[in-house]
Amino acid sequence: MLEKAIKGNILYWGWIFFLLAIIGVGAGAYLMQLEHGLGITGLNRDVSWGFYIAQFTFLVGVAASAVMMVIPKYLHNFKAFGRMLILGEFLAIAAVSMCLMFIIVDLGQPARLMNVILHPSPNSILFWDMIVLNGYLFLNLLIGWVTLQSERKQVAPPRWIMPFIYLSIPWAVSIHTVTAFLYAGLPGRDFWLTAVMAPSFLASAFAAGPALLILLGLIVKAFAKWDPGKESIQALAKIVVYAMSVHLFIVLCKVFTAAYSQIPDKLYHYKFLYFGLDGHTTLATFSWVAIFAGIVAVIILLNPKNRQAENVLAFSCILILMSTWIDKGLGLISAGFIPNPMKEVVIYTPTQPELLITLAIWAKGFLILTILYKVAIGVKKEIEV
Amino acid sequence: MKSSRRKFIAMAGFAALGWSVCPSLTRAATEAGPKLYFKEEGSLEASQWAMAIDTKKLDRQIMNKCIEACHTLHNVPDIDSDQNIKWIWIEPFRNLFYDQSHPNLKNKANQPFLTLCNHCDNPPCVRVCPTRATFRRPDGIVLMDFHRCIGCRFCMAGCPYGSRSFNFYDPRIYLENLSHEYPTRSKGVVEKCEFCAHRLDKGQMPACVEASEGALLFGDLNDSNSDVRKALRERYSLVRKPKLGTGPKVYYLI
Ligand code: SF4
Ligand code: SF4
Repeated sequence: MLEKAIKGNILYWGWIFFLLAIIGVGAGAYLMQLEHGLGITGLNRDVSWGFYIAQFTFLVGVAASAVMMVIPKYLHNFKAFGRMLILGEFLAIAAVSMCLMFIIVDLGQPARLMNVILHPSPNSILFWDMIVLNGYLFLNLLIGWVTLQSERKQVAPPRWIMPFIYLSIPWAVSIHTVTAFLYAGLPGRDFWLTAVMAPSFLASAFAAGPALLILLGLIVKAFAKWDPGKESIQALAKIVVYAMSVHLFIVLCKVFTAAYSQIPDKLYHYKFLYFGLDGHTTLATFSWVAIFAGIVAVIILLNPKNRQAENVLAFSCILILMSTWIDKGLGLISAGFIPNPMKEVVIYTPTQPELLITLAIWAKGFLILTILYKVAIGVKKEIEV
Repeated sequence: MKSSRRKFIAMAGFAALGWSVCPSLTRAATEAGPKLYFKEEGSLEASQWAMAIDTKKLDRQIMNKCIEACHTLHNVPDIDSDQNIKWIWIEPFRNLFYDQSHPNLKNKANQPFLTLCNHCDNPPCVRVCPTRATFRRPDGIVLMDFHRCIGCRFCMAGCPYGSRSFNFYDPRIYLENLSHEYPTRSKGVVEKCEFCAHRLDKGQMPACVEASEGALLFGDLNDSNSDVRKALRERYSLVRKPKLGTGPKVYYLI
């Protein structure tokens, strides 16, 4: 089936080369990082994780969200998702691949990566995160490929794949829960030390992932001339708006706990996140943008008429992606480390090479996504004529 | 034919999944952590090492001597940025004990103290390390294996005391005079105070303790005749963030 990826028009190849160019530039920056160490990033002694880990956290959510189609399709026999499910699974593959790449570029000694397997420490959540991420990648590759192949042959998917599909449901939840636990169980990091960490991760994931999927569906419709179906897009839009509402509600719960208890340890981080400390207010500006974008998107999408208008829907999905990306990709990590354990404010700002490397990994993700989508849609079109 | 092929693929799939989980687990069950612990003749031994910092005896000069002694001995580079390395350093009382201080505590709030890794009883840095590069010796010293560390910096997020540093650069380029008593590190690994475990094993006291003119006491916490225990009996003392349950083993005599 892969041969479908090498037949495309000028637009397709232009896009591929555009991505390759970004990847090339980022690869150069990464070589520099390998040579000089993580000193080329804006990370420091107090903010020891930054942009890389934040992207990883955001993308785990995108990956986990494939389950929002698998559940209705396989547990409730919601047929409309059948058309589009493969796009969700392939998005998960691209997202998990990006996650793994972000982890690797974040390591100080990437050559020793295998130490995690050679000297495993089941006490460490990172150990389990590696297992669930790789397992999820494997599951989605297997399920995606096998179902697509049987679709091409126009037969029902083989029965043996069903256990894997059912397994992928709790597994999707696990990748996001385990990632939340990376943060949630650390003493002295009060911003992260909350039981709603995993639920809040899942809520924002079930908003961000399907929002991205809707956009991808609309893009596919426009450029590849293949319609993923109105019904599935509408169903996804409903998932997005409810998940986003839950996400905003959980944010409110967290803020309430900190604000009403007035415990300084908790409060400082929220002060930093929403108002800034010591005059450092850049992140606060972003945080308010995230809140407003989220609220506006929910208000728009709650009205079914707006959901049905595709351009309004697309606009709201962009707002939601912006909101959830700021939440995970900027706020969560920085505000967790600032102020530091001595209650001092040490600021982190990503550097240019760091941004280039990040961009390159996103480009790699989109490259994987484009190729997989090209194949999937090629197969779909083939059986439809 | 068809169905047996499918069965085979299914089996292979399950096997691959199992393979990715199981070997690690069985290893984990048998391996009890790095065995890096060589004892020499005449080494100092304890069932739980601890330090007591006499804040009445500390002054700038003594503190600087302690820092100097530690950092030269251990080849800790002096980097002038927030990507620096610190094994033992100065913080004002208010930063170390902000949860145990109040505004009327005379001039204490600004008084500078020394701080270092607390060699916790229940160290979160050990708990989170995915490779056991950070481990706790039976005598309570929390050590680092620089060759095993992958530089994930989970331990830095885990330590609630900011006791760890990361080698953002190759530290050797910042070192002029090398000490040959202790290895230099490479870029991309985490490091911290190690209670001079290598000196204890040779029968010597930690470098900072030797340089401290009696302001730092060091000994076996479980030996009621040790200097540390005597001091704790006689003086009022604090540890940092006791409510976190990490069990710090660096005491501040007030
Ligand atoms: S002070 Fe920090 S680095 Fe030292 S043992 Fe405790 S948790 Fe680990
Ligand atoms: S940075 Fe090194 S010591 Fe710290 S948790 Fe990772 S592997 Fe362990």
